[in-house]
Amino acid sequence: MIALIITAECIACWACEPICPNAAIRVKNEVFRIDKKSCTRCEGYGDLPQCVEICPVEGAIIDDEGTAMNPPGSLTGIPPREPLPA
Amino acid sequence: MSMVQESGCRPIQPNNARIEEHPCYSEGASHRYARMHLPVAPACNMQCRYCNRKFDCSNESRPGVVSGVLNPDQAVKRAWEARQRLPHLRVIGFAGPGDPLANRERVFATCKPLRSSFPDWHLCLSTNGLCLPESVNAILDHGIRHVTITLNALDPEVGAAIYSWIFWNKKRRRGVEAAHILLEQQLAGLSALLARGVLVKINSVLIPGVNDRQIPEINRLVSEAGVFSHNVMPLISAPEHGTYYGVMGIPGPNETQLQQVREQCGGAAKLMTHCRQCRADAVGLLEQDRQAELNRSPVEGSRVIPIHRPTRRDPVASPPSPVVLAVASQSGERVDTHFGHAEFFRIYRVTGAQIEHLGERFVPRYCQGDDQCEDKDHTLQSVLNLLNDCQGVICARIGFVPWQELLERGIEPVNSHADRPVVEALSHTARLLQDKHTIPTPKVAAAGMKGRG
Ligand code: SF4
Ligand code: SF4
Ligand code: SF4
Repeated sequence: MIALIITAECIACWACEPICPNAAIRVKNEVFRIDKKSCTRCEGYGDLPQCVEICPVEGAIIDDEGTAMNPPGSLTGIPPREPLPA
Repeated sequence: MSMVQESGCRPIQPNNARIEEHPCYSEGASHRYARMHLPVAPACNMQCRYCNRKFDCSNESRPGVVSGVLNPDQAVKRAWEARQRLPHLRVIGFAGPGDPLANRERVFATCKPLRSSFPDWHLCLSTNGLCLPESVNAILDHGIRHVTITLNALDPEVGAAIYSWIFWNKKRRRGVEAAHILLEQQLAGLSALLARGVLVKINSVLIPGVNDRQIPEINRLVSEAGVFSHNVMPLISAPEHGTYYGVMGIPGPNETQLQQVREQCGGAAKLMTHCRQCRADAVGLLEQDRQAELNRSPVEGSRVIPIHRPTRRDPVASPPSPVVLAVASQSGERVDTHFGHAEFFRIYRVTGAQIEHLGERFVPRYCQGDDQCEDKDHTLQSVLNLLNDCQGVICARIGFVPWQELLERGIEPVNSHADRPVVEALSHTARLLQDKHTIPTPKVAAAGMKGRG
């Protein structure tokens, strides 16, 4: 599994860090990143990447292709600013 | 009330001291004893629609002003400093910026040293309740004897309209399922706390059109359960807060709506009307802020933010004296401008119902959209100098540094009228400033309150 990535959208809320089953979330000076070697996308631990499940910020965690794991509108219910193509 | 005595646990104090010394539980105490909130809890395990997680937990705080998070060591240091300057300090609260029980280690690591250094202090925490049942033992073990639970709905259908999601058992859950789990946890936590003699306060956020009818029911239920007090707080909602309700244009209640719902809450749980909706890092007496002194705190990242002022009227109002107010408003019709973005302030003199426009004062822009603006102190000072004769400044939003500086100069910053008509903001603020030092009598006062909307 290719590791997930934390973006600049991260608000440093610390929610993900304690629940990562692989201690893959590293924090330095309040900057959060995912250690490539440790992250397994939570394989074998629940169905879903835990950091993605708890992160409150849309777009703060992306996959290696740059796709937001929590896309705009999915967490807040606020419709994204640019309407998505139908 | 049962006596609880665990090993390693200080015996529970007589209830009287617990109530009388806690400013949030006793209106009398709010004039005499100080409290301080330590912002050690950044994480949250759910999403309320009135909260923008980029800012503080709205359950206990006004959204829209950013604050720093402290680690336990910094928090303890900050408490020591505060004690030197605030001899009346009795209460340490844990309220955010996220949910204290989603940050148990950090919160409890702060409690431990505080408890051994200051055994006569009261420790309290506020929570959304999701992790409450499994935390009850630890709460008691750490000497916490006051807990506030935010309870906004008893009907999961209504809850589903208030909460976007919860994180529960390895999954993000939504809708009625989420609301149902949350409610079960809240009620289980509530009864466990009450059974063990913890003083419980319930907060409910009134969201007009969403949970108006739930709040009287909550009041009935928690009164029967033995909750000490129930605090019905208005939803604070403005587009720039970035919350769901703010962005979607769902407004908070006006005074009439709030009062109507409060009047339907006739249960034994004392309706708390002196709540100032403190922020997670508030400090001082509820009535008298001390942030001016304490904001010089050398602890890195520590910030002290003032407390929302009362908005009630004294029933025996003295004849109105003129109040000079500055308004950050581009249009002149609505309070539409951020303090830091204002190119000019409109100056008004308000005497009772009479509003005079005295003119405009142009100020250098010191802030380019960044809320914090800490490095631009010099420009900020020149802005403040221009406003020195004003008693209050009404703006749509304001960063915490200018907020503190204004208070330090005895100028009241007011950001609760974002996007409201200027005229309304002026009369409301003038009234508020006149009443600042009177002791409010809520019942009568409310009748004289004009609706905001
Ligand atoms: S996906 Fe799982 S393993 Fe990878 S960082 Fe997130 S929580 Fe940790
Ligand atoms: S949960 Fe999301 S926003 Fe919070 S620290 Fe982790 S990545 Fe950042
Ligand atoms: S519990 Fe508090 S921090 Fe968490 S979403 Fe609700 S208001 Fe925000």
